Amino acid sequence: MKLRQGQFSFLPDLSDDDIRVQAQYAIDNGWAVSVEYSDDPHPRNTYWEMWGHPMFDNPDAAAVVFEVNECRKEHGGKYIRVIAFDASPGWESIRMSFIVNRPATEPGFRLVRQEGEGRVVRYTIESYATREPEGQRYA
Amino acid sequence: MTEDADTDAPTRPTHVDLAQSFQESGVRDVLRELDETLIGLEPVKSRIRETAALLLVDKARRQMGLATETPTLHMSFTGNPGTGKTTVALKMADLLHRLGYVRKGHLVTVTRDDLVGQYIGHTAPKTKEVLKKAMGGVLFIDEAYYLYRPENERDYGQEAIEILLQVMENNRDDLVVILAGYADRMDRFFASNPGFRSRIAHHIEFPDYTNGELLHISERMLAAQNYRLDDGARVAMAEYIGARRGQPHFANARSVRNALDRARLRQANRLFNEAKGPLDADTLSTITEPDLRASRVFQGGLAVDRLDGDRRTGQAMSQAAE
Repeated sequence: MKLRQGQFSFLPDLSDDDIRVQAQYAIDNGWAVSVEYSDDPHPRNTYWEMWGHPMFDNPDAAAVVFEVNECRKEHGGKYIRVIAFDASPGWESIRMSFIVNRPATEPGFRLVRQEGEGRVVRYTIESYATREPEGQRYA
Repeated sequence: MTEDADTDAPTRPTHVDLAQSFQESGVRDVLRELDETLIGLEPVKSRIRETAALLLVDKARRQMGLATETPTLHMSFTGNPGTGKTTVALKMADLLHRLGYVRKGHLVTVTRDDLVGQYIGHTAPKTKEVLKKAMGGVLFIDEAYYLYRPENERDYGQEAIEILLQVMENNRDDLVVILAGYADRMDRFFASNPGFRSRIAHHIEFPDYTNGELLHISERMLAAQNYRLDDGARVAMAEYIGARRGQPHFANARSVRNALDRARLRQANRLFNEAKGPLDADTLSTITEPDLRASRVFQGGLAVDRLDGDRRTGQAMSQAAE
């Protein structure tokens, strides 16, 4: 099951050139672009591992593509995303976020039912991948 | 319209008008600016004109589908201190930007300190950080020979060199690297790092300025600050340049600039001591002969001029050690 999170996730995977153009858009708007990776695809897993520092002072997006490729070398079997942080007052939040790398196989999510008091049933989802310990989740 | 032979792909032009693309790209402006703002440096200007012509032709060939590879644009600027290497690098970045060989056209100036780390594992991220910052523009490495220290085999400079070479080769579309330094030391640097020599296509030599050119430069510098030399001061300045050249740590235009800074200091002091009553703008902006004649250079020697700020102390020290 292909993970649909962030921008462009219903499109075919982005090429390096696509990434460059999108990152350049963020840079031109004055947002700090950074690269993050994770092997926990749960939608509420907001804080991914940072790959290096956010790039505050790189005027050209070639640096972002360079870092994405460096991250792919190390964490090619995990999810990698590019995010753009807007530091301007009153915003101070993520403006863009898109996945640029995904594992070869994505097993998807399982629906978990929990029996509560009375006849209450609580529903939640769990990634099949996260049953394995960190670092062993994807081949 | 009987001719219908043009069956080629319509996107590819069959003719290029070099003069027109010369006009449109704005290269003419950069070259004219170069001619107007830089005094002397004829060999450098002609090399830059040649490079611009090559890139224009290359661009036209690419439009017609004749060339596919990005030409190697890494350069080395060699010359004595104060001969305008950084200034030309700035213009070069602008030129390459207008020709579309770099996307942003900014210049990032670094020295060894910015590239080489203090401890194991510090160098690679530091160098990469600088390279990332320079992407889309021009990376200017001043005094590049300091990167390589043959006397210390565990020096981290070698690591920075390796990363540089790798990026210079793999990210040729993303950045242009310009190495700068004194001619003899750069030669030794290239001799011990053959990888660099072969990756750099353009070696540009910066000649020393002649005395006349330096006088011209000094007047240009003063005019930019709304100062001028009176007739006596002009003669003194010409003599100053002649005398200064023979003394150690002569740094061409930079020496001239420092001399002028000190002359302005003396002028201010003189006005302060002598002035009785209000001064007009002309008096405030004229440098006179005594302002220059007071210089120690006329007393013949830098033995007394040890604190001359012509060079950064590091350079002076390393020169002394040689």
